[in-house]
Amino acid sequence: MAAISREEVAHLARLSRLAVTEEELDIFAGQLDVILQSVAQVGEVAAADIPPTSHSVPLTNVLREDVVVPGLTPQEALSGAPDAEEQRFRVPRILDEDVAS
Amino acid sequence: MTDLTRLTASEIAGLVASGDASAVEVTQAHLDRIAAVDGRINAFLHVDTDGALAAARAVDERRAAGDELGPLAGVPVAVKDVLATRGVPTTVGSKILEGWRPPYDATIVKRLRAAGTVMLGKTNMDEFAMGSSTEYSAYGPTRNPWDTDRIPGGSGGGSAAALAAYEAPLSIGSDTGGSIRQPGAVTGTVGAKPTYGGTSRYGLVAFSSSLDTPGPCARTVLDAALLHEVIGGHDPRDSTSIPAPVPDVVAAAKLGATGDLTGVKLGVVKEFTGEGAEPGVTAAFREAVDTLTKLGAEIVEVSCPHFRYALPAYYLIAPSECSSNLARFDGVRFGLRVGDDGNRSLEEVMSLTREAGFGPEVKRRIMIGTYALSSGYYDAYYGQAQKVRTLITRDFTAAFTQVDALISPTTPFVAFPLGARTSDPYQMYLADLYTIPTNLYGGPGISVPCGLSEGLPVGLQVMAPTMADDRMYRVAAALESAVGTFTPPAL
Repeated sequence: MAAISREEVAHLARLSRLAVTEEELDIFAGQLDVILQSVAQVGEVAAADIPPTSHSVPLTNVLREDVVVPGLTPQEALSGAPDAEEQRFRVPRILDEDVAS
Repeated sequence: MTDLTRLTASEIAGLVASGDASAVEVTQAHLDRIAAVDGRINAFLHVDTDGALAAARAVDERRAAGDELGPLAGVPVAVKDVLATRGVPTTVGSKILEGWRPPYDATIVKRLRAAGTVMLGKTNMDEFAMGSSTEYSAYGPTRNPWDTDRIPGGSGGGSAAALAAYEAPLSIGSDTGGSIRQPGAVTGTVGAKPTYGGTSRYGLVAFSSSLDTPGPCARTVLDAALLHEVIGGHDPRDSTSIPAPVPDVVAAAKLGATGDLTGVKLGVVKEFTGEGAEPGVTAAFREAVDTLTKLGAEIVEVSCPHFRYALPAYYLIAPSECSSNLARFDGVRFGLRVGDDGNRSLEEVMSLTREAGFGPEVKRRIMIGTYALSSGYYDAYYGQAQKVRTLITRDFTAAFTQVDALISPTTPFVAFPLGARTSDPYQMYLADLYTIPTNLYGGPGISVPCGLSEGLPVGLQVMAPTMADDRMYRVAAALESAVGTFTPPAL
């Protein structure tokens, strides 16, 4: 049985903000199914009482003195932006309806 | 006259320090070599001719002024395109960052500059460091100098191929699941993954933050150690950076080069011998084990029963972290923006931008990660993978109570032909079978050439406890002293 359906892959693509094509969906559905069936092997390990590891370095709450240091200028920070206006990143409209008018 | 491109980094540094060669001459020789061969190799995505020559001139001026030079001053280095370089294009092998010139340097790049090394340019890689062949680069594959119809490994195929093609004596890689060590193995070069947290991730484009580890690549173990020492050490700008001195890797490499491993106990990972590896790889590894025995090492077999689950755990953990990390590529602050016609919403533009900017492997991993982290699947996939990570760490900890370091082949197979594994993503993942456990544990690992199989290089991997990077350099240098270095056929 397939681990994942074409419809589920389409849903994942939407969640991932990827406007995948119908053709890609056909290919990805098969490939993701193979990958998910393979990685599901982790379920064979009896690990109910085992604590999870998220990170190998035993450091928590790394703090530093709150000292002002030079950062990027607005011009530098915006230098790679696709669109900028008045020292800000310019973005397409966020709301569905044009509420500005 | 000596061909400056055939020298080791330490030899070049010696010539520059003594004045027998200028940094400009050395740099020009490498730029000429790149111009002559890189059309066939495609190791470089960007060659910074002007920046390199300016850096070289600065070294020569400092020497003329009587300033003390660092141990790698005047030595050219190629940097994987995953590290931010101020004013120099940084693409991560992806269309989504095409043309981006970072406004800042990664910490490692800053340290390379401060040490007087000369950055030649940026090297090709699988997009976002996801891949094992460099075929997933958006800018065409890199080719293996040993056989240009074969892959140079990945994701850092450009950094490894640049060494094997004598385009650079040193390069920087990054290793999330084997991206330094596996390219080293299949190109007959040395690649070292430091202890996680031993090298700064500041300015490294994030793929899987709990695993990503930048590190040195070179043609000799000593050169790798010298580079490790320059780039390693605590960085307050990386909160996962370990606040401890760099282990004395240079001294360890020199000690190893004496060829004496008396008193060193090495464990052959039982699970990584036998089936899975090509016969030629197994044969070269077995021969190297005999060599290590002759050098005085005591060899025992060690079982690490959970290592067989490292690959599936990794291919849940790394995609999960990547699905979160790559959310920053939204077409707003840097890179590509597609479909912004004044009518489409931010979400539509974001989806079109990511669709156009990411290649298929990156999309697959983002979707796998999104799946593994989604409610209903989290416990069975991501949560379970994190528990397996604990068990793999325990396998390492138990092994290191018995032995000083573990050894295995670096990768199950020699360089495969271009295109052989791209249609079946899981077959590509198998290239990292032996390198991944180290990333999940966080310890250091090195690949050193140990022989040839049908004319192609085979690497031996040495894995050491966290912050005992010096141990792996000692073992690798000892093996190198016995088997020598490997030179590909003339290009």
